[in-house]
Amino acid sequence: MIAMQHDEVTLMQAPRTDGDDSCLPELVSHLRDNRTRLREEWAQRITDAQLLGAMSEEEIFSEVTSVFDKYVDTLETGSVESLQEYAEDLSERIIPRGVETHEVLGIVLLLRDVLARSLFQKYQENFELLNRVLDAYEPAANRIAVIVGVSFVHERERVIGQQQATIRELSTPVLQVRERLLALPIIGELDSQRAAQLTEQLLNAVRRNRARVVVIDITGVPSVDKNVANHLVQTVRACRLMGAAVLVTGLSSDIARTLVTLGVDLSMMDTVGDLQGGIEEAERLLGYEVRKAQAASPEDKG
Amino acid sequence: MPVPILKQGHYLVASIQDALSDGEVLELQENLLKQIGEFRARGIIVDVAAMDVIDSFASRSLRTVALTTRLRGAEMVIVGIQPDVAFAMVRFGLYMDDINTALDLEEGLEFLDRWIAERADADEG
Repeated sequence: MIAMQHDEVTLMQAPRTDGDDSCLPELVSHLRDNRTRLREEWAQRITDAQLLGAMSEEEIFSEVTSVFDKYVDTLETGSVESLQEYAEDLSERIIPRGVETHEVLGIVLLLRDVLARSLFQKYQENFELLNRVLDAYEPAANRIAVIVGVSFVHERERVIGQQQATIRELSTPVLQVRERLLALPIIGELDSQRAAQLTEQLLNAVRRNRARVVVIDITGVPSVDKNVANHLVQTVRACRLMGAAVLVTGLSSDIARTLVTLGVDLSMMDTVGDLQGGIEEAERLLGYEVRKAQAASPEDKG
Repeated sequence: MPVPILKQGHYLVASIQDALSDGEVLELQENLLKQIGEFRARGIIVDVAAMDVIDSFASRSLRTVALTTRLRGAEMVIVGIQPDVAFAMVRFGLYMDDINTALDLEEGLEFLDRWIAERADADEG
């Protein structure tokens, strides 16, 4: 990701070597002089385009001010680090509020357009000078747009990756129901990676809790195909090698039909209709006898 | 070093302490089968807790002992397969579906006690 950023930055930098840097100071001072007007115009155009709907006008204005200043700084110094840092920081703040990629790109491109228009206006008398100023401005502006966009996407990918890791951790709790009895409710799609992680967790829990029976409930698994079935069979076999029997529960009629149609061989898997039935069967295997306290008491009295 | 085989009541306990060479596996197999007859053992427990790897040769040899033991009227149980070993074994397709396994030595002894009790019940019935 970082490498790609640098590649693009170098690409965009190439046209800057044309000796147009002399125009940059003039350009920057023009932007600084008109800071208030340009900033307001930009904020206005963002509102008109109905971008950043998730943020209030004050927030938009304060971010606009910061972005504008960083933007001009970057044009002046050619150093992208502070802008990049700011873009990542900004992304971190606005991603949780549901700001989309197109909005971020949209506002940066709007700023580019607003500034370009002001340049057209200022240099409209002198076409040659305008050309030179634009030669200096365009590559730098495009580079900035790319950096902001890439920073945003990069930040978003980071957040998504983090969330995926969290979900993976959360979604496979191994629960001890009774002594020597574990339950593993699986929620969500099972892919190879998750199945491997889940099996590892379960096997370690079998040893830690000295489990003799494990109930795997797949009520929360939306679809079961050949791969998922094979993962389950592997998990069952690995548990068996450690001396624990496995009951699989929660196979819906649809899933059961699919498995039969696919010809998946589940003959070595013990299945029980639902989680309750699975737990009851497991208790029976472990020699538990569960009785209602009320039902037992009259006998005691009599 | 050959795997020590301890006699414990009606059972034989072989506790593998280290990775085994193929030769040692065969030697263990031979000694176990010999001692079943010698001590009239009712069951065998093979403890593999110290093994980091159980390859196809080792698992096939253990399986052979188990099936042979069964033919001689006794039962074998493998105990102490570690989580990552179990995971690796199913990955490589070494299932041992028809072999008894238990968590550890204690569980293994309990399993054999239960097995013998069930046999006795069946004989009476």
